[in-house]
Amino acid sequence: MEIFRFNRDIPFMRWRKAGAVISITTFILSVFFISTKGLNLGVDFTGGTVLEVGYTETADLQQIRNVLTDLEMPDASVQNFGTSRDVLIRLPIRSEISSAQLSETVLAALKQADSTVEMRRVEFVGPQVGQELLENGALALLFVSLGIVAYLAMRFEWKFGVAGIIANLHDVVIIIGFFAYFQWEFSLTVLAAVLAILGYSVNESVVIFDRIRENFRKLRRASISQVIDNAITLTMSRTIITHGSTQMVVIAMLLFGGEVLYYFALALTIGILFGIYSSIMVGSSILMLLGVKREDLVKLEKKPLENDGAVV
Amino acid sequence: MNRYALWQYLIIAVSLLLGLLYTLPNFYGESPAVQISPLRISVSTDTTLMQRVEDTLKQANLETDGIYLEEGSVKVRFADTDVQIKAKDLLESTLGNDYIIALNLLPNSPQWLTSLGALPMYLGLDLRGGVHFMLAVDMDGALEKSLDRYSADIRSTLREKKIAYAGLEKQAKKLIIKFRDAETRAQAEAELKNTFSDLGFSYEDIGNRNHLVATISPEAQLRMQDAAVLQNITTLRNRVNELGVAEPIIQKAGSDRVIVQLPGVQDTAKAKEILGRTATLEVRMVDDEHDLDAAIRGKAPFGTELYEERGGIPILVKKQVLLTGERITDAQPGFDKDNQPAVHINLDNNGSRIFKQLTRDNVGRRMAILLIEKNQAEVVTAPVIREEIGGGRVQISGRMTSMEARDVALLLRAGALAAPMDIIEERTVGPSLGADNIARGFNSTLYGFIAVAIFIAVYYTAFGVISVLALGLNLLLLVGLLSIMQATLTLPGMAALALTVGMAIDANVLINERIRDELRAGLSPQLAIHAGYERAFGTILDSNITTLIAGIALFAFGSGPVKGFAVVLCLGILTSVFTAIFVSRGMVNLMYGSKRKLDYVPIGKIWIPKGQTNHEVISPDERNEKRPKIPKSTEESGKSDVNVPSEIPSDASDTNRSAVQSGGKSTTRTKNKRKPAESKQTQS
Repeated sequence: MEIFRFNRDIPFMRWRKAGAVISITTFILSVFFISTKGLNLGVDFTGGTVLEVGYTETADLQQIRNVLTDLEMPDASVQNFGTSRDVLIRLPIRSEISSAQLSETVLAALKQADSTVEMRRVEFVGPQVGQELLENGALALLFVSLGIVAYLAMRFEWKFGVAGIIANLHDVVIIIGFFAYFQWEFSLTVLAAVLAILGYSVNESVVIFDRIRENFRKLRRASISQVIDNAITLTMSRTIITHGSTQMVVIAMLLFGGEVLYYFALALTIGILFGIYSSIMVGSSILMLLGVKREDLVKLEKKPLENDGAVV
Repeated sequence: MNRYALWQYLIIAVSLLLGLLYTLPNFYGESPAVQISPLRISVSTDTTLMQRVEDTLKQANLETDGIYLEEGSVKVRFADTDVQIKAKDLLESTLGNDYIIALNLLPNSPQWLTSLGALPMYLGLDLRGGVHFMLAVDMDGALEKSLDRYSADIRSTLREKKIAYAGLEKQAKKLIIKFRDAETRAQAEAELKNTFSDLGFSYEDIGNRNHLVATISPEAQLRMQDAAVLQNITTLRNRVNELGVAEPIIQKAGSDRVIVQLPGVQDTAKAKEILGRTATLEVRMVDDEHDLDAAIRGKAPFGTELYEERGGIPILVKKQVLLTGERITDAQPGFDKDNQPAVHINLDNNGSRIFKQLTRDNVGRRMAILLIEKNQAEVVTAPVIREEIGGGRVQISGRMTSMEARDVALLLRAGALAAPMDIIEERTVGPSLGADNIARGFNSTLYGFIAVAIFIAVYYTAFGVISVLALGLNLLLLVGLLSIMQATLTLPGMAALALTVGMAIDANVLINERIRDELRAGLSPQLAIHAGYERAFGTILDSNITTLIAGIALFAFGSGPVKGFAVVLCLGILTSVFTAIFVSRGMVNLMYGSKRKLDYVPIGKIWIPKGQTNHEVISPDERNEKRPKIPKSTEESGKSDVNVPSEIPSDASDTNRSAVQSGGKSTTRTKNKRKPAESKQTQS
């Protein structure tokens, strides 16, 4: 069985312009939504309290809201998640009440209104911790980006490093754009997913770059775009299968992972789908844009390797 | 060429065995238990205690699943949680205050595994339920307090040395001592510098006033901070012990933070109440000379404050702090010589000295012990000093019930924090959610694995099955490694486990696709397998290192749950490289490597592009070398594994190729008597 049957190389590089239009449009849209709508930052980053409670029967959200209004917390957000019996309550930071008291007060009041309520999870993050987590997240993003550029530059050439990281930051911005547009909650676990995607998605570019380097050595008379088209076509099957496999697991997480893993899996899904696209279209296009040459790579290789037929 | 030496197979066998052995304990589950440990080190746990526990439970007809003496505590297993809770209540009432009776979960893995050091992974709070707190020490508060202490000391030093000063004022983080002339100031500075090495002094002249400014030096601040955090950790530990938690984690995090984790705590409200009590203790003198009524009307005399005793009786207390809770090493409820309830307090050396002095000077007067929580002070007790008390052993008695004595003792023992603390992060997971989370993580991994396994096995047939086996071993090794490290498994960790399944298959896909490529290019089966593994290696390494970089960054900058994710991710990358490259190769070698003439690679039907082998290696010398290895001819195609077009293009250069592509495609398809593009490799 073989899914992908290409008689000849797909002229990806001929569609470069179309790809650029798609990429730049989605990128600009993402940046637009991030800047206008902003991210719905989770309690991890903003600070505040989240209460997850469970009821034995369908929860009466209006009643819960009334209870909270009576407690003088009208700015609390109350919503279902997963099932109609599970309720998520978000409370902003209140300086005059300590966190410990806050969640206890709310739980006690809820219990009075409906005795079947059960505390499932309480999360409180102080404002200074939230700020720190945000800073650390940004630092991690920077560290990963620089690390990857450095590694690719060392292993291939600086143009590859730059192309690889732009392709992947493009994915990251689009994931964040999705979270901004749909106002999905951006939590610490989502950030972990974004960083994991950054590392994972570079795989794609690396595999294709590897082939490009190999092709530079083998297809001596081919043009740059032919070399790249050939490399992408050859790795196509692997790209789809690998991503398909990862996506299967991610779907399992979406279905069975519960509330905590839901947005994590969602971020991974977007990352995987755009990862396929960006590694095929974006990374290689930028490589061409940067004017990659056969000499960039081949001259670095030692002579004997070039004629090393034994590898075949 | 596709053979492994014996030692290579041995490595695989040993890693498989170790993986199995250390993964095994995770499958036995846990059973409810009660853990009895001494509150203080002086009380020993021995077989007599074990016997006592056993007898107590037997008398009450509570069935146990075994009693053990382990690591200085007695552990009793039960069949279900009902009996466990009954037993806990019973033991609490019979054994008294000397022991911590805690509910716990004990792994069910058999003794031989435990003795090998094979223990199950430690489940994080989000999986077993419990409370996680991060507390920050309020250093500003602590500095403020020590400035208060210093200001009293400076006054007395100056008075002692008979140096005249015009005033002493406390401002934000500094003390300002006012002098009438510069000479006295210089004299005072020299004197104070000698006495207070932790203070830094500087001059400040405003108009004709000569000020001496004293600040606490940065080094001293740092030292104080460390000491305060350590003292608070000790205090928190005592408080947690009062709660009865089996395996609490209390540790320093950063310079001024403390993390407290209480797994399995059901009554989170009580935990918060006890931990969140940011109480400090102070011993001061009661002012009985001034008019209490005037104070009640709102005019407390200078240097005194009005407080309420337990029960609401107003009391006037001097502002000067004589002793703080830091000096109390122990406090126990008991009885005095008249058999009245009393509290016995032990003080440390410094405290004993201060207390001796204090009691000698104040016989017949009352002292007050104040508990200060969040700027709310309460007089715990205000006993009359009957005699000079030396040796640091203090007894407080009179006007209290035995319950009150117990309460006061608990507050004195656990109540003293060196500096106030605030909860700045809290994560509480209810027990039911913990169980749900385990199921969620487990199901995600399981179904993800099954889906990937089916797909890969169908797509790559026998090689797919080998890949799946390698993937399974990868999971086994990863869980085994985490168990050996006794890592804490969290829900994000389980997500990383699932993700590892999805990402680790990448290496196998790369290898299998490469082998197919090589077969397509016309290599003989053995050569193709060899080349496939060799060539995929570099790519696998590159792509995994980039993911590893991300993993390390997550570990370095992440906190709590994200760290757990990063650990599993990084370890997963290492094990997956090992299993995908080394182990799967081993399996392939074992099955196919010994066959001298392997005429078929079971890696699924391979499709050869129409027209020609356009993904051909071009280099002429390579082609020459390869030619003889190509299966003889297509006539015998029943046997040959790969259907290579009967004629290899004489020149597969790019220009030639594009010509074939654009021009002659349709004609070649109909006119040429070529075999159908689909490979002849028959599948059974």
